[in-house]
Amino acid sequence: MSSTDDASLDSAFMALADPVRRLIIARLSRGPATVNELAEPFAITKQAVSKHIQVLEQAQLVTRTRDAQRRPVHLNPARLEALTAWIDQYRLVREGQFRSLDAVLRSSTAPAVSIPKESS
Amino acid sequence: MSNSLKLSVPEGLPFIDYEREFDFPVADVFRAHKDPDLIVQWLGPRGLKMDIDHYDFRTGGTYSYLHTGPDGVAYEFSGVFHTVRENEFAIQTFEFGGYPDVVSLEFMTFEDLGNGRTRLRGHSVYPTQEARDGMAQSGMEGGMTEGYERLDELLSGAKV
Repeated sequence: MSSTDDASLDSAFMALADPVRRLIIARLSRGPATVNELAEPFAITKQAVSKHIQVLEQAQLVTRTRDAQRRPVHLNPARLEALTAWIDQYRLVREGQFRSLDAVLRSSTAPAVSIPKESS
Repeated sequence: MSNSLKLSVPEGLPFIDYEREFDFPVADVFRAHKDPDLIVQWLGPRGLKMDIDHYDFRTGGTYSYLHTGPDGVAYEFSGVFHTVRENEFAIQTFEFGGYPDVVSLEFMTFEDLGNGRTRLRGHSVYPTQEARDGMAQSGMEGGMTEGYERLDELLSGAKV
């Protein structure tokens, strides 16, 4: 992975480190929305919500279409996927490890330690 | 049927938490973490040869091992066992040789669930957010292909 990728991953993670921005992402996962619609559930100004959207936009997590009136905000799912890809890798390696550990335990358990009971 | 891995990767905090149960007594699970002859059988992804230089799983002990891929590229890992309490708890440092000085702390709790079952809980703390998020690309990358194959194999050969 190149350092530009790293840098853009960093900005994406930073963008997601804020609870309001995470809620905005959650809302957008259900479909595009305007700034007004996105601002509705929050007890903060529309300007503040606009700022949050700008941060998300810079991190390429969302895009805004040039629809003169509405300018709806869209989620960029590819970006979110890139973000979580390493977590999937981590999970896979861990899962593989623990399955191997299961196998080791199955074949190596000392009979003196674990006397198998009648299984029901 | 195998026990599922619970993984938590919090946003904005350089932690990783996991939890996994085993259908084996706590003494057995602990021994599999302590005995180098057993460690070598499960810690590394398949396809990578694991060579342990030393592995002294006790308070103040140290460890060092190599994972070598089929291409001959070796990945070195090393650290110190800060605390080891038999069948109970361990704290160790973890360092990938490819990223010297980026050391993480690993906390492991072995919990006796009774009926010969054990819960293993892990809490990893990274020096920076970047270190945590880059971890998969560095230390784990080498074994990924083999990791997938091994998992496929394990899944398809699912036990009786």
